[in-house]
Amino acid sequence: MAEVLLEGQNLTKHYPVTKGLLQKTVGWVRAIDGISFTVEQGRTLSLVGESGAGKTTTAKMILLLEKLTSGKILYKGEDLSKFSAARIKSQYRPNVQSVQQNPWSSMNPRMRVRDIVGEPLVVNTKMTKQEIREKVLEILDDVGLKAEHASLYPHEFSGGQRQRIAVARALALNPNMVVLDEPVSALDVSIRAQIMNLLKDLQEQHNLSYLVIAHNLATVRYMSHTVAIMYLGEIVEYGEAEEIFQNPLHPYTKALISASVLVLPEDETEEIQQIILKGEMPSPLNPPPGCRFHTRCNEASAQCSEAVPEMRRVKENHQVKCHHYV
Amino acid sequence: MVSIIPNVKEKTRKQYTGVSRGTRIMKNLTLILPVMVLTLMVICAIFANLSWLGLPQYGLAPHDPNKTAPRDKFLPPAFIEGGKSDYLLGTDKLGRDILSRVIHGARVSLSVSLLAIFITAGVGTMLGIFSGYVGGRVDGFLMRIVDVALSFPGLLLAMLLAVAVGPGFWTVVFALSVLGWAFYARLVRGESLRIRQSDFVAQARVNGASPFRIMLRHIFPNVVNSLIVLMTLQVGMMILSEAALSYIGIGITAPQASWGSMVSDGRAELDRAWWISTFPGVAIGLVVMSGNFLGDWIRDKLDPRLRQV
Repeated sequence: MAEVLLEGQNLTKHYPVTKGLLQKTVGWVRAIDGISFTVEQGRTLSLVGESGAGKTTTAKMILLLEKLTSGKILYKGEDLSKFSAARIKSQYRPNVQSVQQNPWSSMNPRMRVRDIVGEPLVVNTKMTKQEIREKVLEILDDVGLKAEHASLYPHEFSGGQRQRIAVARALALNPNMVVLDEPVSALDVSIRAQIMNLLKDLQEQHNLSYLVIAHNLATVRYMSHTVAIMYLGEIVEYGEAEEIFQNPLHPYTKALISASVLVLPEDETEEIQQIILKGEMPSPLNPPPGCRFHTRCNEASAQCSEAVPEMRRVKENHQVKCHHYV
Repeated sequence: MVSIIPNVKEKTRKQYTGVSRGTRIMKNLTLILPVMVLTLMVICAIFANLSWLGLPQYGLAPHDPNKTAPRDKFLPPAFIEGGKSDYLLGTDKLGRDILSRVIHGARVSLSVSLLAIFITAGVGTMLGIFSGYVGGRVDGFLMRIVDVALSFPGLLLAMLLAVAVGPGFWTVVFALSVLGWAFYARLVRGESLRIRQSDFVAQARVNGASPFRIMLRHIFPNVVNSLIVLMTLQVGMMILSEAALSYIGIGITAPQASWGSMVSDGRAELDRAWWISTFPGVAIGLVVMSGNFLGDWIRDKLDPRLRQV
């Protein structure tokens, strides 16, 4: 097992809901409710789930764009909340970079590519202009862009090229870890494979850890070593990627996998055989009692609406949060 | 330049861009004419006379703008019957040369409005970016000050100032600046608030950029567009406000010419000597319009997305 780079322990994020003139807190949106995971050096963890499950909030907490309500983030075994501001800036920021979902909004339209890619270097290192210039060209070459692209503005590129620029920016400081928030979902299907291959190659070259946020299971299966399935702010199933795809246990995971593989029946009069979930995800303002998934689960029994299931380890590399697997 | 096959070239260009020749000529004219007008005005302002070189008797103005000639009062422009070729645009009720006064007025009107615009834009932009970026209570507090500044009658404050400090060039500049920054602060604050939420600012924070760097490198360049539009609109506003202040006697003091005071001077004689008010008025109109056209053009050029490849 590889060295653990980043660990989330019982991460919680609750947003207050305020009302009235005095802004009294009337409730809490439980965006993330006690999730734990580990990211190992050189490996990929994927967070999967519907929109609203808390994937992006998790990423924001790791990138320190949102404060934790409770829980701990451990970086190389040390608690981040005990880091001084200077230490965050010198040790954590440069090592944990990100690629955002939307390549059309993640770049300042007023900056040239060389300034966009070079910004982390300008901010974090004492390199001279000339050194930065050379380094930028080197990274652009790594992600498959040409030197003449450096002096162009972001709007002059296609989506795939922009995402390459975003990857180049994330890699400028030789980080240990990159948070990829839906790295390919905004791209055309035809370019997705290119970017995914690029990301995998770079991972091998630089021994990078990835935290991938995705809803596309094909992407996840291709990219990840470990998968965490999220539902309504909780991780419901966690384990090695192949194990989960071969042998899904949680009814929600089964439904997701079933929905991603569309098998058309031979006979057109037959209905498509798919597990289709009823309704929508309940509001995180008022999550259902017991198992949070029981309102939509097709295997729900009486105890599901009463007792909260525990996370159980069913195999060495597979954990699930469901009453049916004791 | 002579093209070998001019017609074919013209045709294909139109086919490719869908823009007709006339449209392109108009587009160029809206740049060239304003630039010419503004350059002319600036040259007038600088070279009205060469007193700054120690040669007050030389300059563009044919006469001393303040020299009265009782025999030549109310002379119409030279191109109208009764006019003298010596006074190209006629004379006012004291026999002073209108052309010379318009040329000298450019100096006062332009420098007052430009100074006031740069002061207000500078202060307003800094406060606006800061307020929008920091947000929260600081933002609330600063915006209430802006509200007060915007609801305050500017003329009244200017009058108070004139009484306290005495009228003059710097009093006008100060009076125009003391409330004017609020327009910029509110506009820029809104933009700053919007840009602060954008993905690229989040990314800059992930990269470790300091708040100052984010404000300077990420927010400021993205508010420049709106800023330039407001600044050019303010050229007209400032010249008109300066005129208003001069009119009520708390602006530029008497013999010195400014476009605003000239317009108000001629107001009473409009029925028999229209030229006294008209020519400085035309100058104001030309500058305001040129400023707007030029501002539009600069905005298009500054936005890389609108730049033509």
